[in-house]
Amino acid sequence: MSLETPLHKVGGLGSAHSGVGHFMRQRITAIALIPLTVWFAVSALGLIGAKEVSELIFLSNPLNAVLLGTFILISLYHLAMGLREVVVDYVPHEGFKLFLMLLNYGFAIAVAAACLFALARISIV
Amino acid sequence: MAEHPQKVRPLSPHLTIYRWPVTMATSITHRMTGVALAGGMLLVAWWLIAVSYGPETFNFFNSMLATPIGQVVLFGFAWALAYHLVNGIRHLAWDFGYGFALPTANKTGVLVFVLSLLLAGGFFALAYLGKGGYYQ
Ligand code: HEM
Repeated sequence: MSLETPLHKVGGLGSAHSGVGHFMRQRITAIALIPLTVWFAVSALGLIGAKEVSELIFLSNPLNAVLLGTFILISLYHLAMGLREVVVDYVPHEGFKLFLMLLNYGFAIAVAAACLFALARISIV
Repeated sequence: MAEHPQKVRPLSPHLTIYRWPVTMATSITHRMTGVALAGGMLLVAWWLIAVSYGPETFNFFNSMLATPIGQVVLFGFAWALAYHLVNGIRHLAWDFGYGFALPTANKTGVLVFVLSLLLAGGFFALAYLGKGGYYQ
């Protein structure tokens, strides 16, 4: 027996087993990422490979640290949703699909944790 | 009982049969750059960890970036980001109902490739010259 209404059931019949919420979240994060990516590319990416002092000065500025952390978190959220879509498109095998999903979310959480920890170490002295 | 015939059924024409239109190329490239940016996030994590641990790890990270492979990776990251940004905006315009007519989508598709290369060149130049972080 299922407690789902028929409407709720058909809503989840695609290979993703979910409805339009994921589509909207992908778009909302995409819109947020437009200004953040421009900022990231010009200031942070542009700094990769520069002298250590310049990077430390840049990263210990709270505004930069918060913007970078926000860029990283929203990117990883958008990335995890995007990769999920790629996996459900190409991987029909349920077990392997589950494995890739766990890998996907594990990756996003691990990278987020590592980045935030490193950022905190740099900017909170 | 009705037996199901085990004949090989014809498939509808698939990827390999078509001449590649611009829209198909931009679509798969959006997906590939999205997946490649997962690697970009790893690079960002490595960068921040290297900076946070002090001069030794920092110098090692920088020396890796300075190798030819490192420079290719950095340019690839800059380009993937630029392409995904520009084409992502094109995607969002479609979602709001703009630019979906085929002639328009073909033109914006070519524009996306050109713009993304120009932008990537700019991003990479900033990184290459160490001029990021508000031009210090
Ligand atoms: C620069 C701002 C960005 C914009 C405007 C943007 C926009 C979009 C849009 C509209 C989609 C949906 C495409 C579709 O439905 O076919 C998408 C998919 C995706 N994005 Fe982004 N994105 C941005 C940044 C990023 C970043 C930084 C990453 C990675 C860290 C990323 C990874 C992905 C992935 C993996 C997908 C799924 C690809 C697919 O389903 O084909 N995006 N992006």
